[in-house]
Amino acid sequence: MNILVCVKQVPDTNEIKIDPVKNTLIRQGVPSIVNPFDGYALEAAARIKDKDPDTRIVVMSMGPEQAKAALKECVAIAADQAYLISGRKFGGSDTLATSYIISEAAKMIEEKEGIKFDAFFFGKQAIDGDTAQTGPEFAEHLGLPQITYGLEAFVEGDTIKVNKEVDGGIEVLSAPLPCVVTFTKPAFDPRFPTIKRKLAANKAKIPVISDEELVLDETKIGLNGSPTRVKKTHVPQKKTGGMKIQEETAEDSAKKLYDALSNAGVL
Amino acid sequence: MEAKTKDLMVFVETNEDGTAKNVGLELLTPGREVADKQGGALSAVIIGNNVQAAVDAVNAHGADQIIVVEGEEYAHYTTDAYRKALIAVVEKYAPTSMMIGATNNGRDLAPRVSCFLKTGLTADCTGVDIDEATGKVAWTRPTFGGNLMATILCPDSFPQMGTVRPGVFKKGEEVAPHAEIIKEDIHVDPSEIRTTVIEVIKEEGGESVDLEGADVIVSGGRGVGGPEGFETIKLLADAMGGVVGSSRAAVDAGWISHAHQVGQTGKTVAPKIYVACGISGAIQHVAGMSGSDTIIAINKDADAPIFDIADYGVVGNLFDVIPPLAAEFNK
Repeated sequence: MNILVCVKQVPDTNEIKIDPVKNTLIRQGVPSIVNPFDGYALEAAARIKDKDPDTRIVVMSMGPEQAKAALKECVAIAADQAYLISGRKFGGSDTLATSYIISEAAKMIEEKEGIKFDAFFFGKQAIDGDTAQTGPEFAEHLGLPQITYGLEAFVEGDTIKVNKEVDGGIEVLSAPLPCVVTFTKPAFDPRFPTIKRKLAANKAKIPVISDEELVLDETKIGLNGSPTRVKKTHVPQKKTGGMKIQEETAEDSAKKLYDALSNAGVL
Repeated sequence: MEAKTKDLMVFVETNEDGTAKNVGLELLTPGREVADKQGGALSAVIIGNNVQAAVDAVNAHGADQIIVVEGEEYAHYTTDAYRKALIAVVEKYAPTSMMIGATNNGRDLAPRVSCFLKTGLTADCTGVDIDEATGKVAWTRPTFGGNLMATILCPDSFPQMGTVRPGVFKKGEEVAPHAEIIKEDIHVDPSEIRTTVIEVIKEEGGESVDLEGADVIVSGGRGVGGPEGFETIKLLADAMGGVVGSSRAAVDAGWISHAHQVGQTGKTVAPKIYVACGISGAIQHVAGMSGSDTIIAINKDADAPIFDIADYGVVGNLFDVIPPLAAEFNK
C-alpha cells in the first residue's frame, strides 16, 4: 500500500492579529504550522500503516523553501519520504493551477519512487484559504474517485473504506483504489512524533522538484494558468456590541433578556 | 468553455425526499439580482429522484427556467453521478455564471465540475454582486479564518462559478410560478458510480444535529465545564426549540462530539438566534456564527470578546442564568 499525503504549510490563523490603525493583517511573527486538516490526513495514513507495516507514506507539499519545515514535521510524525514542489513559475497559482501542478508532481514522484500510489490523502481544506477545492480538483485531473470529509480510512484488498462525517452521524463509504480522500477532524488525537523520529527527521534529505524539472504548460500554471483573480481584500467591519445586561440576580438578568428579546420582536 | 447565454444558473440541491434544500431557494434571491444585471435569465438545475416538490418550490421562488434531471441513480448523492449530470447540463445550456450552495455535497461537487470545465471557482462566498468595472461576478468570501474578506473575479473563463454559504441570503417571497420546465434525460450507468454507501451510523442517542438548518442554536464552550454541563445547554435549546452547538474548546476537551462544533474547523451556521454560553469568542468560533441574525452571549467574564459581536450580552454564570431563562421560554 502506497499513500501520498499532500500537505500545506499555513500561518496559524488563530494567531493572526489585525493592525488597528492600518486595518490590515499582521502576518509578521505568526507561526507557520502544518495545516491541521492535513495532519488528520497524515494520521489516517499512519493508522493504515499501523495495521500494515509494509505501507509506504510519502508526503508532498508545494511552497517555498521554508515549507521543508512542515515536511520534516510530517516525516517526524509518520512519513517515510517527503518532496517539496517549489518554483517561481508555480507562484500565484489558484486552486485549479495548484491542483494541476501537484497532480503532475504526483506522477513524477511515482516515477522517482518506482511505485504507484494507491491512495492520495488531503486535508478537507487549508485553514488559510479555506477553499476545500484542491483535493477534489486533484482527483478530477487524474480522473479518480473521491471521498470527502473522511474521519478514518481502512484498506480492504483493493478497496478503501472511509468513515465520512455527515449530518447526524457517519456514513461508511467504499471505493476502489486508487482513490482520493480528504479528511476532517476525527474524534481521536493525531499522534506526536517520538524524540527518535524527530532527530531523524531533522537530518532527512528532502528532494525539491523545481519548475525546471517539472516542466508544465505555462498557460496552465501560476498566475497565467489561474482563472480566478483576487480583485481586493478588506478586513471585515467589527460589529459593535449591543445591549449588555448585568442585573443584581441571575433571575433578573434572565427576565430582562427575555423581555428585551420579546420587545425587539426577535422571538 | 464559452458562455452561450447571459444566464445565471443555480444548482438546487435536493433532500432524499425530493424537496429542495433551503440554500438552493436562498440562492435564487442573489441569483435574480445577478441575472438581471447580467441581462440574462435565472435558471435552476435540479438533480434527484422524484423531485416534483423541489421543482414546485423553485418555481414559486421565481426561476425563469428549471432544468430537471431525474433518475434512481440520483436518489442518494454521489460525486460521480452528480458530476456527470451537472457537467452535461452546464455544457448544453452554457450559462455565464453559476452558484452552488456551499454544503458538504456542494463543496464536494463544485470543484469536480469547475476543474473539468477548466474554469474558476470561488469557495464559500458570503457576498455576490456584479463588478461595475468589468461586468463580471464579484464573489466575496472570508479567508484566513474570517480575519480577511477577499473579492474574487473570474474574468476570462465560463461559467464563473462560486459556492455560496447557506444562511447568508434569505429566501424571497413566493411569486406566481412562470418557469419553463425542461426535463433532461441524462443517465449514469451504475458501473460509473465508484463510491458505495455500505453503512450508516447514526450518532449516539439517535439525534441528528442539523446545525445548518436550525433556526435556533444554543452553544456551549469552555465555560460549560464538562460533559454534564451540556445538560444545562440542552435545557435552553429545548426551551427555545433549537439544537445544541459547541465551541472547539468543548469538542477538544471531549465533552461533546465534533458534529456539534460551530466555527472554522466545524460548521458555519447562520440561524435566526444564536446563543453563545461560556464561549469567549475566539475568531475561529466567530467565523462560523457571525452571520446569525441575532447573537446572544452569556458569559461571566464581562470582558470576553464575544460581547463585542453580541446583540444581547448577559454577564453572569451560565448555570445561574440559563434555568430561569429557560423557564421564561417555557411559560
